[in-house]
Amino acid sequence: MSSTQDQQSTVVWESPHFRKRLKRRNAAERRFKCYGLGAVMLGLIFVVLLFASIAVNGISSFWQTQAQLEIYFDPDTIDLNDLQGANYGKLVKQAIYAQFPDVTKRKEKRELSRIISIGASFILQRMVTDAPSLVGTTKALWLPVDDEFDMLYKHDIGRNVGSETKSRLSMDLINWFDQMVDRGLVESRFNKTFLTAGDSREPELAGLRGALTGSLLMILVTLLVSFPVGAAGAVYLEEFAPRNRFTDIIEININNLAAVPSVVFGLLGLAVFINFFGLPRSVPLVGGLVLSLMTIPTIIIAGRAALRAIPPSIREGALALGASKTQTVMQEVVPLAMPGFLTGTIIGLAQALGETAPLLMIGMVAFIVDVPSGLLDPSTALPVQIYLWADSPERAFLEKTSGAILILLSFLVTMNVVAVFLRRKFERRW
Amino acid sequence: MVGLKLRRANSGDYDMETETNIAAEKERIVIHTDTSKFDTGKPEETQNVSIENRMTADNVDVYYSDIHAIKDISLEIRANEVLAIIGPSGCGKSTFLRCLNRINDIIDGCRITGSIKLDGNDIYSGEFDVVELRARVGMVFQKPNPFPKSIYDNVAYGPRLHSLVSNRAETDEVVYSCLEKVGLLSEISDRIQNSGTELSGGQQQRLCIARAIAVQPEVILMDEPCSALDPIATAKIEDLIDELRSQFSIVIVTHSMQQAARVSQRTAYFNLGELIELGDTSQVFTNPKHQLTEDYITGKFG
Repeated sequence: MSSTQDQQSTVVWESPHFRKRLKRRNAAERRFKCYGLGAVMLGLIFVVLLFASIAVNGISSFWQTQAQLEIYFDPDTIDLNDLQGANYGKLVKQAIYAQFPDVTKRKEKRELSRIISIGASFILQRMVTDAPSLVGTTKALWLPVDDEFDMLYKHDIGRNVGSETKSRLSMDLINWFDQMVDRGLVESRFNKTFLTAGDSREPELAGLRGALTGSLLMILVTLLVSFPVGAAGAVYLEEFAPRNRFTDIIEININNLAAVPSVVFGLLGLAVFINFFGLPRSVPLVGGLVLSLMTIPTIIIAGRAALRAIPPSIREGALALGASKTQTVMQEVVPLAMPGFLTGTIIGLAQALGETAPLLMIGMVAFIVDVPSGLLDPSTALPVQIYLWADSPERAFLEKTSGAILILLSFLVTMNVVAVFLRRKFERRW
Repeated sequence: MVGLKLRRANSGDYDMETETNIAAEKERIVIHTDTSKFDTGKPEETQNVSIENRMTADNVDVYYSDIHAIKDISLEIRANEVLAIIGPSGCGKSTFLRCLNRINDIIDGCRITGSIKLDGNDIYSGEFDVVELRARVGMVFQKPNPFPKSIYDNVAYGPRLHSLVSNRAETDEVVYSCLEKVGLLSEISDRIQNSGTELSGGQQQRLCIARAIAVQPEVILMDEPCSALDPIATAKIEDLIDELRSQFSIVIVTHSMQQAARVSQRTAYFNLGELIELGDTSQVFTNPKHQLTEDYITGKFG
């Protein structure tokens, strides 16, 4: 009797059956780890591919092909009484004709003048109006070449006439340009225009400044509207609101609001801010307000989570010392939850910064050349600018698009890094 | 009442207030010894109720939604005594304690009937301001909960809140004297600007007591203040409680019967939300009147 009992109660750890089971369990564990690692690697590869392809395409947009020309500020052409109205294009043409004295035919000359961007005349105009003393002098200037030559110089695009990449450049033009390159008159230089100019139909003249300013103004409005409203909403709902049906409904609605497609917010903005309140279209104020509608639920949800993470002992400690509810919340709880609020706000703003669809609805998709100088100036935004450029037929806008994406991404990455930094810095333990 | 009036009158001057308060306390002690309530072994007898009883609870019932947590409890808290509340887990000790300064108000669905009076005024009546109540009835919690700010600011929090101090010098004095009283000053003298959360568990709990007494309360509620502490820290806090008795009334909830026997003058035994027995500590522990109490303190049950 005792022997059977012993057999039943003793587990034989060395039995082959048990060994096999143990092996299977270990194998399952390893397999699971591999799945996880694989998923992470896959994600990383996609991220790296995305960034690499955009960077490869876009990095060249920060350089611009320019040609050096001896410009003679001819007093015969420039009327000192009307510096604005002079024919600066003629000065540019004379300078480029001087480079090729053997080109004499009228038609050929017209072709030749295509090498230099039409924007060159504006550059000269600005120089002369800034310093009228230039008139009568000769100066060697670096002027941007037309976008097709920019592409030709940077990527050799358009050299094979008649091939599938249809070129609008004739053999003559390409030869003349090559001659200039051989003479050392063509160089790739830092593209100041890309960061300082507004939008343009000419790729070599198009810049991001208008879109950047528009985006910044919008984000400013969004921050000023959504942070106070979102924070106050979160504090009220989490700390003060009675728990009843009404607040339950509000809570569900806020959570749903965070999941509403952004284009719907655009329609709402169109109906409320533009049609009802009569605010102008395409302005950063309306854009910011629409983006605030999107950001507020994000801030409320993040803020409430942060408030909920504060241990009740802190509240009880303050209340037990005779602090009122408001004092407890404002002096003790909210400062501790601040990192959460800031993180939520920055993440919300980063989302808003990259949003396109609602802005299309309120007319921010318009082609706007001027840099906005205020909240009520028509403007565009970075993601919308990207969308517009991606839609343009010119080959040169491709790299502009990628360049703009690079700038947008760098803003987003910066904001996220700041969010992480703030969270680390102000995180307090108790 | 006397203490309160003086406090309000002299709220700008901490020094004078302390002195007058101590004077008032002495007065009470004199009254005490005159009527010799303490050692008579007749705790249910009530003479000079208005002077001697700081707080009285009459027929208090507490409900959490539909759970009946406290059933018809009546007891009084006397001046300058330590009242221990013992009983098995879930018997409503903490609930009752938390009703005494209305900290239970923040719990949803908590409902209380009956009356609790502080110096004769019903604390649940509309006229009694809850902020004033909590200033006069301080609380120390089970888990030390210093604010994540400096030790100095932790202690100065209450006095600043109630404008008991008006300048830096006065604040310094309150903070240092309170830290001195709880025996922390010598231990942390050079770290007073360090965060209160960096202290050890026992030190944190004493900091919380210093924070509570800095407001000059009349009653201090302690909810298992030593449950997270080692025996050495516990001994320090028990000594402290004994010292504080000269100035405050103290109600302490504890799971340790030795602790109750060591620090309290009277002991209340709760079971399943009911007050089973209330009497002098020596009597409750040596000669309990109720079978349930005897079972609990002898370890047969609970």
